[in-house]
Amino acid sequence: MSAGEIRVAIKSDQDIVVARQRGRALAAELGFSSGDATLIATAISELARNIVSYARKGQITVKMVNGMDRQGISVIASDEGPGIPDIRQALRDGFSTSGSLGLGLPGVRRLMDEFEIASEPGRGTTVTVKKWKP
Amino acid sequence: MEVPILKQGAFLIATFQAALSDADLNQLRMGLVQQVVKFRSRAVIVDVTAMDVMDSFASRTLREIAHMIRLRGAETVIVGIQPEVAFAMVQLGLTLEGVATALDLEEGLAYLNEKFKSTN
Repeated sequence: MSAGEIRVAIKSDQDIVVARQRGRALAAELGFSSGDATLIATAISELARNIVSYARKGQITVKMVNGMDRQGISVIASDEGPGIPDIRQALRDGFSTSGSLGLGLPGVRRLMDEFEIASEPGRGTTVTVKKWKP
Repeated sequence: MEVPILKQGAFLIATFQAALSDADLNQLRMGLVQQVVKFRSRAVIVDVTAMDVMDSFASRTLREIAHMIRLRGAETVIVGIQPEVAFAMVQLGLTLEGVATALDLEEGLAYLNEKFKSTN
């Protein structure tokens, strides 16, 4: 693990708090405004909660990324859970299979600048989101 | 981490800390409703000034607290949502519909005092 990178194992609701606190600290360290750090911490909270709700355990990695002429932060939420059979459906507002609000993924997409999801039923899910510094 | 609940006359004041886990929030939900019953409180103020993240679970829990307390015939006011937190909530699509909000503890108390003055 290099500098400017954190990794938090997600196994319980307490880990959600740890992940978002450490993610916020890294965002602040990288020079994100307090407003952007709040958006990033909120996105981490939602992604970590998805891991606990759907896959039970997984990992959140937050790291610095460099674009062509800009710097940003990337949050990777990965698990080896059941996977998402229909990604398009999961990205629609109001969709949920766990009895939660069902705003998770579309909401996270709105909080961040870039959103990528890869999921294979039976193998797990990886969500990668990025936010660039203005 | 336990959330302190303060009794202030006919009102209860619960002050949230930053690092509340889901389990803490669930515990608070039960604790508040029980205290409303015990003290026959007219209203509850939930102060979230210290909360730096309000995600879907936290906002759903707040709505549930408000609805449960309403069923007991009392009122809930959420105070102290920070501007950045409000912005993130809107981006995330979270609302606190049907729940009273106020700028801070002082405004929340003023709102409730006014409200209960007229009905007494």
